[in-house]
Amino acid sequence: MAGAVILALIAFLVLFGPLFWQVAINEIDFTARLKGPSWRHPFGTDDLGQDLFARMLYGGRISLAVGIAAMLIAVGVGTLVGAIAGISRGRVDAVLMWFTALFLSLPQLPLLLLMIYLFRDALKSIAGPEVGMFVLIVAVIGGFRWMPVARLVRAQFFSLREKEFVEAARALGATTTRTVTRHILPNSLGPVIVAGTIDVAAAIIAESTLSFLGLGFPPDIPTWGRILYDAKDYMDIATHWALFPGAAIFLTVLSITYIGDGLRDALDPRQVL
Amino acid sequence: MSRYLLKSLLYVIPSVIGISIVLFTVLALAPGDPFEELATNPAIPAEVRANLREKFGLDDPIALRYVRWFGAMVQGDWGFSFASRINVDTLILQRIPVTLFVIGSSLLLAFLVALPVGVLAATRPYSVFDQVASTLALMGFALPTFCTGLLLILVFSIYLDWLPFVYRADISATGWRWYWEHFRQAIMPVAVLGFFQGASWTRYVRSAVLDVIRLDYVTTARSKGLAERVVVVKHVVRNAMIPVVTLVGLQLPAIFGGAIVTEQIFRVPGIGSLLIAAILANDTPVIMAVTFVLSCLVILINLLTDILYGWLDPRISYR
Repeated sequence: MAGAVILALIAFLVLFGPLFWQVAINEIDFTARLKGPSWRHPFGTDDLGQDLFARMLYGGRISLAVGIAAMLIAVGVGTLVGAIAGISRGRVDAVLMWFTALFLSLPQLPLLLLMIYLFRDALKSIAGPEVGMFVLIVAVIGGFRWMPVARLVRAQFFSLREKEFVEAARALGATTTRTVTRHILPNSLGPVIVAGTIDVAAAIIAESTLSFLGLGFPPDIPTWGRILYDAKDYMDIATHWALFPGAAIFLTVLSITYIGDGLRDALDPRQVL
Repeated sequence: MSRYLLKSLLYVIPSVIGISIVLFTVLALAPGDPFEELATNPAIPAEVRANLREKFGLDDPIALRYVRWFGAMVQGDWGFSFASRINVDTLILQRIPVTLFVIGSSLLLAFLVALPVGVLAATRPYSVFDQVASTLALMGFALPTFCTGLLLILVFSIYLDWLPFVYRADISATGWRWYWEHFRQAIMPVAVLGFFQGASWTRYVRSAVLDVIRLDYVTTARSKGLAERVVVVKHVVRNAMIPVVTLVGLQLPAIFGGAIVTEQIFRVPGIGSLLIAAILANDTPVIMAVTFVLSCLVILINLLTDILYGWLDPRISYR
């Protein structure tokens, strides 16, 4: 519950905060460089005198958007692969599961970095620096996180496929597509929701890791990871600069993880973890 | 057991091939041409470019290019670094021991933390110790490595000034002092990585022990009059480790991600920071080789997990 409240608060601030706090994220003010928190700048300022609170609100939007979009891709692909594997047994299942195992044993971050290195310029020229990078990051993060969902969905399909209600639907003459989409899939979504929640947290971490390595969004777009990356060279004189984005990432991820844990307890009473 | 070993070893081959196919596909799909620079250079006529393309086989069918590339990768012929002007294999060999040292000691630390804490928490479920440990584990799980790393630097290097925050490979001291300096500078990177892994391992150990400790054979062991310590250490932990090994094996590829970040924060001269430097310098041969090496390390770890699994649960290796 505490997790949901904190997350709702963060989401509210990030979504509606910019309506009330109308300071430009790129307003440079050299008279107020590296200032600590004050009434004019609640989170202080960075080395160019830009207001950190406004930048964090902006970055939060990106972080949450990346998290949710990547989760949707991961859950979508995972459900599709898992459903196909689960319903078609035999060779198709074996091939798909081999792919899943292969993707699971890939080192994610190095490959993420590799893909971003290879594709960033092309996408930037097609869709502009901001949108292009967003599409790339979301696609790559989502593309490396669908495997657990696929396994979950497949396992659910295996058990649900033999249940009486599915047999009844089949006996009534429902096609395979109809049985899958109307009867099996809705019943297999419980664990998928839990996995999806965890995926949002993982995607937020992945995005801020990329930004922290200086390889995420372009420098003029202040995501939380990017602010942290810029702040790490000034840690001894401007601690607040690193502390606020770090705390934001931590709180968001922690509350999402708590929500995921709560959902798992609510949806699956058997599991103790 | 030997048949099982052989089977796990044979499984490595399709994995290496699969990963190399993924890597090569990514490289081949990527836009951009290695001869782009030559194309914009007016001093080089078009025929020279075409000849070069032919010499390096860039116009061959993609399957042939893949086979050639894979052959070179396996033989350790990884090309020439554009940025540092030496062979990529020398460069990687220079960097890899530090990375393996940091990852190895952090895994050891994670193991030393997770096993006792997880077992203790599970033998006293919902006690104060259990709740503190679970909360800390969840926090360590949610705190990304770069946050913990910066936090540790802030506390131990800046406020307390106890530990250096730049990792140096060229320490001039000798004898005991050399070891001491190395130990001191390794504390923070190893702690960051170790606690990140240890946090999730603790959760796994706790839930696995909780599952096992209720089983009948544990009650039997207790009713035989065995000491509680013997029951837990000899009877419970070994069986509880089986699911833990699976989960840990699944999660281990993530440690390389953590290692890249940690090396970047503490400026550890390992292959993670080499990868980042190479990406920033557009040094494609190094990037490909490092990714390939990291992927092979992951496969190696998976192999070790399989072997450990067979040792822990003899039923698997006799099948």
